[in-house]
Amino acid sequence: MTGTIQKTESVPIKSGSDVVLVRQRVRAWTSEMKFSLVEQTKIVTAASELARNTLEHGGGGEAQLALLQNGARQGIQLAFIDQGPGIPDVKLALSDGYTTANGMGLGLGGSKRLMNEFEIETEPGHGTRITCIRWK
Amino acid sequence: MERIPILRMGGFLLVTIQVDMHDKLAMTLQDDLTNRISEVGAKGVLIDISSLEIVDSFIGRTLANIASMARVLDAQTVVVGMQPAVAITLVELGMSLPGIHTALNVETGMEFLHRTVADYQESEYDGDYTED
Repeated sequence: MTGTIQKTESVPIKSGSDVVLVRQRVRAWTSEMKFSLVEQTKIVTAASELARNTLEHGGGGEAQLALLQNGARQGIQLAFIDQGPGIPDVKLALSDGYTTANGMGLGLGGSKRLMNEFEIETEPGHGTRITCIRWK
Repeated sequence: MERIPILRMGGFLLVTIQVDMHDKLAMTLQDDLTNRISEVGAKGVLIDISSLEIVDSFIGRTLANIASMARVLDAQTVVVGMQPAVAITLVELGMSLPGIHTALNVETGMEFLHRTVADYQESEYDGDYTED
């Protein structure tokens, strides 16, 4: 993940309405960055999945939005940070159909497919940080 | 409490989702719709999602649940008006909404419901049991 950070914004995730707020902020950013409508929809959908994970599995946390500049290329970086129980088996958590809450198990794997770069840092008992980027 | 209105038109229930739903609101809609189907003996449910800018796995699952619950209560569900960008994203996300009937707009959705309910009632007279 390379590029210099031009601008950041942090959105706390403490309730279901914060997940909606994350979607709205990511929509505003991607629209301002002039991503196409399909790209905006993919990024906002990934943000919605990951924000919900932060709330449901991480017990809340925050989303950090960042505008990346890499030469002439711009991208949006989204980080979702919680101090929850962590993910014991990342490979399993990324596989479609795997679910611990009562979802469809598409959150992690699905949002990875919607973004260009995707990284999970997690330690059992110490929380999770998921960082993903979509380049223009 | 915030709620999404459910309109009744003859034997059908109509819902237009016009807000960015948080998860609880989606759950409330699921419960309200299921109750209304049973109360009024609805034969069809039309859900217009043309104003929805995203459908993530939670909303997708809610739509699938509504369709399953409606079917158990002898009603057909059709989801109409999905934006193309939403359709592209949903499939990439890994959700193709199996078991949910869709239509491009409210008009074709209503046609589908009228046709399906009529076919179903006809097949009941023949004593045939068909399920699709």
